[in-house]
Amino acid sequence: MTARPVPRSRLGRLAVNLPLLVLTVLWLLPTFGLMISSFRTPDEIQQSGWWTIFPHREWQISETLTPEPGLERNGVMHVAGVTGTFEQLRTGVTRPDGNRVVWIGNKRAGSVLVERQQWTVNADFTLQNYIDVLTGKEYQLTNAQGLSRTLKGDDLSAAFFNSLAVTLPSVLLPLILAAFAAYGFAWLRFPGRGIVFAGVVSLLVVPLQIALVPVLSDYVKLSLNGTYLAVWLAHTGFGLPLAIYLLYNYIAALPRELLEAAVMDGATHFTIFWSIVLPLSAPVLASYAIFQFLWVWNDYLVALIFVGSQPKVQVLTMRLVEMVDSRGNDWELLTAGAFVSMVLPLAVFFSLQRYFVRRLIAGSVKG
Amino acid sequence: MPDQTITQEGARQIERLRNRSGLALGLAGTVAAVIVLGSGLVFLARTDLPKLLTALIAVLWVGGGLTGLYFGLDRVCAHAGRRTANVLQPAMFVGPALLMIFYFLAFPTVRTFYASLFNHDGSTFVGLANYVRLFTEPFMLVTFRNNLLWLIFGAGFTTVLGLAIAALADRSRYENIAKAIIFMPMAISLVGAGIVWKFIYAYRDASLPQIGALNALYTGMGGEPQAWIAQLQPWNNLFLIVIVVWLQTGYAMVLFSAAIKAVPAEVLEAASIDGASELRAFWSVTLPMIKSTVIAVSATVTIFTLKIFDVVLVMTGGNFGTDVIATQFYNQYFINRDFGLGSAIAVVLLLAVTPVIVYNLRNIQRSEER
Repeated sequence: MTARPVPRSRLGRLAVNLPLLVLTVLWLLPTFGLMISSFRTPDEIQQSGWWTIFPHREWQISETLTPEPGLERNGVMHVAGVTGTFEQLRTGVTRPDGNRVVWIGNKRAGSVLVERQQWTVNADFTLQNYIDVLTGKEYQLTNAQGLSRTLKGDDLSAAFFNSLAVTLPSVLLPLILAAFAAYGFAWLRFPGRGIVFAGVVSLLVVPLQIALVPVLSDYVKLSLNGTYLAVWLAHTGFGLPLAIYLLYNYIAALPRELLEAAVMDGATHFTIFWSIVLPLSAPVLASYAIFQFLWVWNDYLVALIFVGSQPKVQVLTMRLVEMVDSRGNDWELLTAGAFVSMVLPLAVFFSLQRYFVRRLIAGSVKG
Repeated sequence: MPDQTITQEGARQIERLRNRSGLALGLAGTVAAVIVLGSGLVFLARTDLPKLLTALIAVLWVGGGLTGLYFGLDRVCAHAGRRTANVLQPAMFVGPALLMIFYFLAFPTVRTFYASLFNHDGSTFVGLANYVRLFTEPFMLVTFRNNLLWLIFGAGFTTVLGLAIAALADRSRYENIAKAIIFMPMAISLVGAGIVWKFIYAYRDASLPQIGALNALYTGMGGEPQAWIAQLQPWNNLFLIVIVVWLQTGYAMVLFSAAIKAVPAEVLEAASIDGASELRAFWSVTLPMIKSTVIAVSATVTIFTLKIFDVVLVMTGGNFGTDVIATQFYNQYFINRDFGLGSAIAVVLLLAVTPVIVYNLRNIQRSEER
């Protein structure tokens, strides 16, 4: 694990860092654009791309003229210092001084704009999108044509807490069960141990889709569907094989002498598990917990089937998909909503990145 | 020495009594824990308390109930005979997890396979007819074609890009920040990523300013704005695939990065002394040495890609010829309510991912034995 030196020549460093820079910028831009847009006003979002918050050159109206009523409009005309047909003027004719002349409106009653190219930034930021999206309050939107409409925002804060309520037990339950099972498989001797463990690991292949339907039909019979208990149990069942596999690899590798010494002292397996194995396994428990947290928080399929879209219980991912369907063009709400859903996983991810990465390296068989 | 015999006899009796009371205590604890767990289950299924409070109660319920159960059983084991303990101990450690796995994964697999042999409402046995339909229906063939595209381009680009970035970052001073940025999308949900990219692909009429980055770029170069994810079938699938490549390249990169760092520096030094260029050394020294990681990563990425669901649902809902196996399962089962065909699709998905995971597990086992 010796660190390799970076290339010594300037050209060599450039050959490494330039492609790397291009790739990281490409990777960052989508999220960056979303974040910027979520702070822009609805009008701004609809009228210009998020990149216009950076200095750029834009045509700006410097003069508005009304063509003389007597002007002959069929054929070539002279207006505001340029010559051209109506069609040419519609798309804009550039004057020798660099300004542009554009005909707006129809041939009879239109007006003529003289535009100048100027450096500008569209830096009109707001927190209103987040307020709208989190509180679900009504708000008025007036567009450029002066038409106004009243919209109801999306109550994402409720969905946020629903997601939290779904996620916490769905992380803890498989963690406890898997820790006990991994200890059992690693340190207890019982007939059929190898076969049963192989059976558990082989269930890693089962895709969720295959298990959803039979479980759903039982849930419906027990009228459990739409309750959080249903989702907690489902996430636990689906997550256990991977959890056991990962924890087993770690717990089985703990030094045997440690446990033999404890047995000599008369400790029961429960005591050994509770006071020796569990504390020693903290890193792998943490990495599985982070992984499962991200998995459940970001899950859409299980929530779609078992929780459904009742506003009282629906989770963030469900709510966001609904927003995409019902208001696919209200980007001020979609961008803010998407960002709300990312805040917690990103925070967890960046603060605990080390553990998470370790888990990935430890078990690259996630099915 | 009669005195001692009596004391021994007394000690044995005391021991027996202690065992019995310990056993009783353990049994009582176990029963109490089972009651707590059971009534908690009923309570949590029916409660109308605020959601977060319910979740906190659930956390306490799970933590307390299970700890109580294990503790009680442990007492029973300690005081019951050796033979009972030998049976009870493994059962208490692996039993609860096995029950869950059996009910939520093993048993449903059998049930789904069974359901796939019946007609659309499960009333008539039809044998393998659903499987015949599955491989002949035109919409299924489109689905399989799309999955193939996902496999080739999705899994392919992810692996290649992940490897390239890991190799570049390994030689850069900015390794950590570059890796963190590439890895970040892993924390975002597929739904969130769908919105991010929908915004990039946003399409508007040519008379309006383009707010989607891709169309702005394209019209800036003189093109007409395009509805990227709806037109150009089947290549519109590529625009969906890009999203998943963006999302999971970080995963591949992290694994490749760890493998590359494990390649001994001396070997690479030897190569450079022999006059091998950086590229040459990577190609003929590093790459062969990390071969097993390359296989493991591409297998994992392949599985993930085969099961892709959320992205397609958010972006197109499976319209415009973008359905994949997982969305087709959802459509057939939940929208068309064709339970037989839906189940058959799920079974095919299982069969498709099985060889990859089996191969991967074997690979890992072999490396552990070494």
